[in-house]
Amino acid sequence: MIDSIRGQSLLSLHDVSREALVEVLDTAESFVEVHQRTIKKVPALKGRVVASLFFEESTRTRLSFETAAKRLSADVLSLAVASSSVKKGESLRDTIATIDALGLDAVVLRHRSSGAAEQVSRFVPHVRVINAGDGLHQHPTQGLLDAFTVRQVLAERRGLTASETGATLFDGLRVLIVGDIVHSRVARSDVDAYVALGAQVRVAAPGTLLPIDIETWPVEVVEDFDEALVWADVIGLLRLQNERGTGSFVPSLREFTTTFGLTAARARRLRPETLIMHPGPINRGVELDSVVADLPAAIIERQVSNGVPIRMAVLYLTVAGANREVA
Amino acid sequence: MESVVIRNGAVVGPHAVTIADVLVVDGVIAAVGERLDAPQGSREIDATGCWVGPGLVDLHTHLREPGRESAETIESGARAAAMGGYTAVVAMPNTEPALDNVALATYVLDQGSRALVDVAVAGAITQGRLGERLAPMGELAALGVRLFTDDGAGVQDAAVMRRALSYARPLGVRLAQHCEDAHLAGDGSMNEGALSSHLGLIGRPAAAEEIMVARDVELVRLTGSPLHFLHLSTARSLAMVGAARDEGLPVTAEVAPHHFTLDESACATYDAHFKVNPPLRSVSDVAAVRSSLVNGLADAVATDHAPHAAELKDLPFDEAPAGMLGLEHAASLTLEALGGPQADPIRFFALLSRGPARIAQLRREDAPVRHSGHGGAVAAGEDANLVVFDPVERWVAHRDRLQSFAYNTPYDGRALVGRVRATIVRGSVVVADGELA
Repeated sequence: MIDSIRGQSLLSLHDVSREALVEVLDTAESFVEVHQRTIKKVPALKGRVVASLFFEESTRTRLSFETAAKRLSADVLSLAVASSSVKKGESLRDTIATIDALGLDAVVLRHRSSGAAEQVSRFVPHVRVINAGDGLHQHPTQGLLDAFTVRQVLAERRGLTASETGATLFDGLRVLIVGDIVHSRVARSDVDAYVALGAQVRVAAPGTLLPIDIETWPVEVVEDFDEALVWADVIGLLRLQNERGTGSFVPSLREFTTTFGLTAARARRLRPETLIMHPGPINRGVELDSVVADLPAAIIERQVSNGVPIRMAVLYLTVAGANREVA
Repeated sequence: MESVVIRNGAVVGPHAVTIADVLVVDGVIAAVGERLDAPQGSREIDATGCWVGPGLVDLHTHLREPGRESAETIESGARAAAMGGYTAVVAMPNTEPALDNVALATYVLDQGSRALVDVAVAGAITQGRLGERLAPMGELAALGVRLFTDDGAGVQDAAVMRRALSYARPLGVRLAQHCEDAHLAGDGSMNEGALSSHLGLIGRPAAAEEIMVARDVELVRLTGSPLHFLHLSTARSLAMVGAARDEGLPVTAEVAPHHFTLDESACATYDAHFKVNPPLRSVSDVAAVRSSLVNGLADAVATDHAPHAAELKDLPFDEAPAGMLGLEHAASLTLEALGGPQADPIRFFALLSRGPARIAQLRREDAPVRHSGHGGAVAAGEDANLVVFDPVERWVAHRDRLQSFAYNTPYDGRALVGRVRATIVRGSVVVADGELA
C-alpha cells in the first residue's frame, strides 16, 4: 500500500491508499487558486526539468501536463512521437537514455503499451516517472482528476470547502462506470480511486467489454442498466475505443448506443443531481448523446480544467518530494 | 583419433545404473566395465559421483541462421548446446526465409556438420510456414529430415493439417505441432487471466492451445499418422495427449523447462524476458507440467531455445518478440524438477536424451542419414555421444556467461543444481570440467 506519492514515481493507482489520494486532492485544491491569479505561476519546481514524452496521440493530457509543469516553473522538454518505438527505429530505452543525458527530474510518459511507464522507471531509477496513460493498464492522473472533480462539485453543492471534506463526500457515493471497461485504462484507475476513497462502484457493459476477471474487482456488475442509471450519483462514461478495434466487440455502434449509450431518452430519467462524466474525447452520439453532453449535470469541461491543478499536485508531490511547503 | 576413458561414473542405461568405466576409441564406445585398461595416451575423465549417460538431444532449438545471425548462429547455438550437455539438436525451420526446401536444409546441415554438436533439421510443414501449401516433405525426407513443423505458429487450417499428416505417413517422418489457435491467441502477449487483465496486457487463453491439441488428436485418429506435440503448457493439453496415447494413438509430447519452472507471475513487472509462446501459465498448470516429467505424460523435455537480440527484449512487453534461451540451463532445471540430486537418473536421460532421440529418429538403429547415433544405451559398439553430468554441483546462472550470442535468459541469477561436467561428441571431448575444450 502506498501511503503517499511524495518523492515516488506514480505508475498506477492500484494500492494507493485513501490518505495518499486525499493528499493529492488537497494539494491540487491549493493549486486551483494559482489558476485565478494574474500571474499563473509558482516557483515550486524552479530549476527542475520535466520531460513530457507522448508516444501516443493526446491533446488534453499532454497540454494539461505541460501547462502544469510550466505553472510550477519547471523546465519542460517535450517530445511527441505518434508512433510506436519500433516504427521509429529507436528503442524506448534509447530515447529515454538520450533525454536522461540532458538531466531530468521527472518523465511524464504516455505510451500505447501497457507497462511502458514501469519499464521506463527501471531504465532511469533516479528519475520520477509519471504515467500519463499506458496501453490498457492505468491512467492515474485521470482517476485523480475525476475524483477531484466529483469532490469539488459535491462540496460546492453543500457549501463546503473541498479540502476540509477529506474523503467524507465519497462515503457511500454511488458511482456507475459504463462502456468499454476491458480496454480502458481510465476505468482501472477510476475504480481504484473511487473504491479507495469509499465509494460504491458498479459497472455496466456488454459481455465482450467486461474484463474476464471482473468478479475479482471490487465492483458490482449491473444487470439492469436503466435501473442503475437511476441508482447512480455519478455516471462515468468511457470512450468506445474504435481505434483499438473495439468496434468488433459489439455488433454495431448503433446496438451499443441502444443498449449502453447515454441517450437523450435515458438522460431524461436520471435524477437531476446525478453527475455525468467522460474522460474525452467523446464519440458524440455513440456512448453519449450530444445534447446530454451539454447538460449542466455533465461536468466534462470541468474535468478538463481540473487536469491542470491535479497534474501540478502530482508533479509537485513526486518531484519536490519531502518538501512540504506549497507555493 | 583420440581415445577417452571416463572413470568410475554412474553409467545410466535405459533400465539400470552401474558404476563403471567407459572407454571411447575412434568415436565409438569400445568397452563399458570395471577398471578398464585404456590405450596409452588416452584422455582420462574422472566421473566419480557423476552420471554418465547418452548425450542430450534437443528437439526444439531455434538457431536463427539463416536470417537473424545477430541473435544466434548455428556455430554459437551448437556451442551453447555442448555447454548444456547436448550432443544433438534439431534446428527449427522458422528461419528467414523459412526452411522449406532442399537448398536451405542442405545449407543448415552443412553448417551444422562443422559445428560442435550434431545438427539435425526440422523442415517446414507448409511452404513459407504460411499454413497453405505443403512443403516438399518427400525431397526433404530423402535428405534425412525426419521432423516437420511450422513452429512459431500452428497449422491453422484443419484440412491442410490433415493433408500434411496423410502425406507424411508413408514417408516415415513425423509432424510436430505448435498448438495455438491464432485467432484465439490473437495479439495476446501473456497467459490470459486475472493477472493479464490487471496488467492491461491482452491474454492468450489456455484454450487457444487446448483447442488445437484436441483438434489434432482427432486428426491423428483420422489419419493414423504420428504427431509430436511441441511445448505443451497446460494441464488439459497434457491430459488430452495422455488419453490419446492410452488409446494407442501415435502421439508424443514435449514440455519446456520454462513451463515447469516459471509461472505467469514472472510477467508482473513487464520484463519481456518472460514473454514466450505458449505463455508462462498459471501456478496449477505449471504444477501439471512439472508432474508430467514424472508421471510419463511428457516424452521429452525440449528447450524451445529462442535467442533474441538484446534490444528487442527491451521493447515494451506487447511489442517484444516471444521466446527465451534454454540450452545451457535445461538439464539443471530438469534435474531440479525431478527432485535434485536424488532424482532418478534413468528418468532424467529418458526425458533429455532417449525420448527425444526416438522422436527425432536420431538413434543408431534409426540409421540417420547424416548423423551419428544418439540416445543409446551406453554400450560397446555405440557412437560415442555422451555426457558426464554432476547431479550435486550447485551454481548460479549468469546471462554474461552464456555461449549464445543472445542474453535473453529468464534465469539470470537463479541458483541451479546439477551441472554438465563433460560433453563428448562423436568421441571428441568438446566440454571438459564445465568449460568448452
